[in-house]
Amino acid sequence: MYQVGIDIGSSAAKAVAMKDGEVIKTILLNTGFSSRKTADEIYRTFEAEGINSDNARYVATGYGRISVPYANDAVTEITCHGKGANYLFKENGTVIDIGGQDTKGISLKNGRVMKFIMNDKCSAGTGKFLEVMTNRLGLTQDELSKLARQGNPITISSMCTVFAESEVISLIGKGTPREDIAYGVIESVVTKVVQLISQVPGEKYFLTGGLCEDPYILERLSKALNSPVTSVPLARYAGAIGAAILAEE
Amino acid sequence: MEAFELPKTFDEFVEARKAGFMRVKEFKENGGKIAGCLCSYTPSELMDAAGVATVGLCGTSNETIPDAEKVLPKNLCPLIKSTYGFAYSQKCPYTYFADMIIGETTCDGKKKMYELLNELKETYVLHLPQSQERAYAKDVWYEELLLLKKRLEEKFGVEITDDNLRAAAKKRNRLRRALCEMYELQVNCPPAMKGTEMMLALQQGTFTFDVDQQIANVEAKVEKAKKALEEGESPIPKSAKRVLLTGCPSAGVIQKVGMVIENNGGVIVCLDDCGGERTNKLMIDENAENILRAISDRYLEINCSVMTSNDKRLENTKKMIEKYKVDGVVEVVLQACHTFNVEAAKMGRMVEELGVPYMKLETDYSSTDSGQIETRIAAFIEML
Repeated sequence: MYQVGIDIGSSAAKAVAMKDGEVIKTILLNTGFSSRKTADEIYRTFEAEGINSDNARYVATGYGRISVPYANDAVTEITCHGKGANYLFKENGTVIDIGGQDTKGISLKNGRVMKFIMNDKCSAGTGKFLEVMTNRLGLTQDELSKLARQGNPITISSMCTVFAESEVISLIGKGTPREDIAYGVIESVVTKVVQLISQVPGEKYFLTGGLCEDPYILERLSKALNSPVTSVPLARYAGAIGAAILAEE
Repeated sequence: MEAFELPKTFDEFVEARKAGFMRVKEFKENGGKIAGCLCSYTPSELMDAAGVATVGLCGTSNETIPDAEKVLPKNLCPLIKSTYGFAYSQKCPYTYFADMIIGETTCDGKKKMYELLNELKETYVLHLPQSQERAYAKDVWYEELLLLKKRLEEKFGVEITDDNLRAAAKKRNRLRRALCEMYELQVNCPPAMKGTEMMLALQQGTFTFDVDQQIANVEAKVEKAKKALEEGESPIPKSAKRVLLTGCPSAGVIQKVGMVIENNGGVIVCLDDCGGERTNKLMIDENAENILRAISDRYLEINCSVMTSNDKRLENTKKMIEKYKVDGVVEVVLQACHTFNVEAAKMGRMVEELGVPYMKLETDYSSTDSGQIETRIAAFIEML
C-alpha cells in the first residue's frame, strides 16, 4: 500500500507518495486557478508511476483540501504540518510555516500539536508579501536573498503589503540600492513572523514551506528568535508528508 | 385602534421580513407595547410589570453594517454597528415598532452609540456601576431601577406595583429554570443536541413577546430532548469533541463559528456567553420583602467583561469546564471589543492552567475571514 498526501496551498501544490514510512516521490506544482485541475494532474502523475486508488490511500490538506475529489479524508494544514515536521525533525519545538497566504506557528510536543497560531486576514509576513516585492524588484526569491546579504540596513515601515509596495516604489524612485531594499523587504517579513511566533515559543524552531531552503532567511530568523532555526530540503513538503502519514493512520 | 405606518422601503423587503413587519404591526395595533433591550443587565421584570413586551435588539447580521458605517466608525464592534444599522435602515420590525429602547452604560462603544440611537428612537440608558465590588454599587443600581420604573410609568401611563413585579420575577425565574434545564441536557455524553440548535432557539426566544410562550417553547424542547435521551438517541456522535464557547455575545456568529465547530467534529456543550448558564442560573429572591431590590441585586450579580474586576466570570467558566467535561475552549471576541479581548489574556491563562486547550478567535460578522476561521477551528478540534 502507498500513502499519498496532497497539500494544495494558495500558491503551490505539493504532493508526496510514501511507502513503508519513506517518501518515494514528490510533486511540486503551481496551484493555478483551479485546485481541482491541479489535484487531477497530481493523481495522473502518481498513476503513471503505478500508484492509484486501488493501492493507495489519499489525504488532502491546505486551502484546496476540499477540491480533491479522490481524497479519502481532508485534514487541516496545521495538523498535517505538525505531523510532517515531527517526521522530518523528530524533536519537540515550534514549526514555522511561511505559506503563500498565511504564516503559522505550531508548537509540537511528542509529535502532537499543543498550540498553534495563524496570521489574521493580513498578508504581512507571508509568502505573498515576498512575491509582491520580488515582482516589483524584478528578482527571484534566491536573488532577493543573495542581494539582501550585501545590503545596508534600511527599514520598510509599512506592514501592509500594499503600502509596503508603495514604500518600495518610492525607495526605487529615490535611487536606494537594490541590495538595501532587498534587506529591508526580508527584515520586514522576519520581524512580522517573529512577532507572530513569539506567541508559541519553543526551544528549537523548524522552518517549513517554500522558503525552507533559503539559508539567508534561516539565518535572519535564527538571529531574531535568538534560537536555532533549522530546516531540511523536504520541509517544503511537510504538510503533504503529514497528510500521507495520516493516510496510513 | 391606532394605526401604524410601515417603513418607506417596505415594498423592497423580502417576504419573510414583510411578514415580520406585519406581525409586529398587528401586535401594536392591538394595543401592544414594545421595549427593545440590548443586554442581559436589562431588568425585564420592570417592563413585564408595566405590561410592555421586551424584545432583544442586539444586531447579529452583517447586512446593516454598511448603513451603520455612514455614521459610526468602521473600527467598532459589529454588534453595535449592526444594532444601530437596523435602526438607521428601518429593516428590523422590532426596532422600528419599539416604543422605546432600554440600554445600559456597559462598554464605551454601546453607551456612545446610544446617544446616536436616541436620535432615531427614544433610548433610555441605565447607568450601570463599573463593578459589583464597591459597597454602594448595589444602592446605585437600585436607584437606577427606581428611575427606570418612574420613566416607564410616565411613558406608558401605568403603575408598576410590587405585586406585578413579584409575579414577573416568578415568571422570569421559571423561564430561567427552564433554560438552565435545557443547558444541562448537554452534560450528557454525548449531549442531547447540537449547541447551535440551542443557540438558534435562544435567539428565537428573544423575539417572542409572551414570556409564557417562551417558557412553553423551552419546556417542550427539553421534554422532547429528554425523551430522546432516555431512548438512547442523540444526534451527536460520541466521538464529538466537547467545546465550551465563551466571550462576546455569539448570536451573530452562530453560522460562522458555531456551525463550523459542529461541522468539523466538535459539539458545543456549554454556551458561556451572556445568553447562557452563567447569567440564567442567577435567580431573583421571589419572597424578598423589597422585590425591586431583589431584582436589582440579581441583575448586578451578572458577570461581564465591562466590569472591573470580573474574576467571577473566570471562576464560573472554570466550574463549567468541569461540569460539562469540556475538551477545549473557544473564545469569540468580536472585532474591537476591548473588554473581552483584554480579559481573554486572563481567560486563556486560567483555561490552560487546567490543562484544557484554548483558542481565541477575533472576528466580525462578515465572510471575509471565513476560510481562515474554518481552518483554525478545524485544526483546533483535530488537536483535541
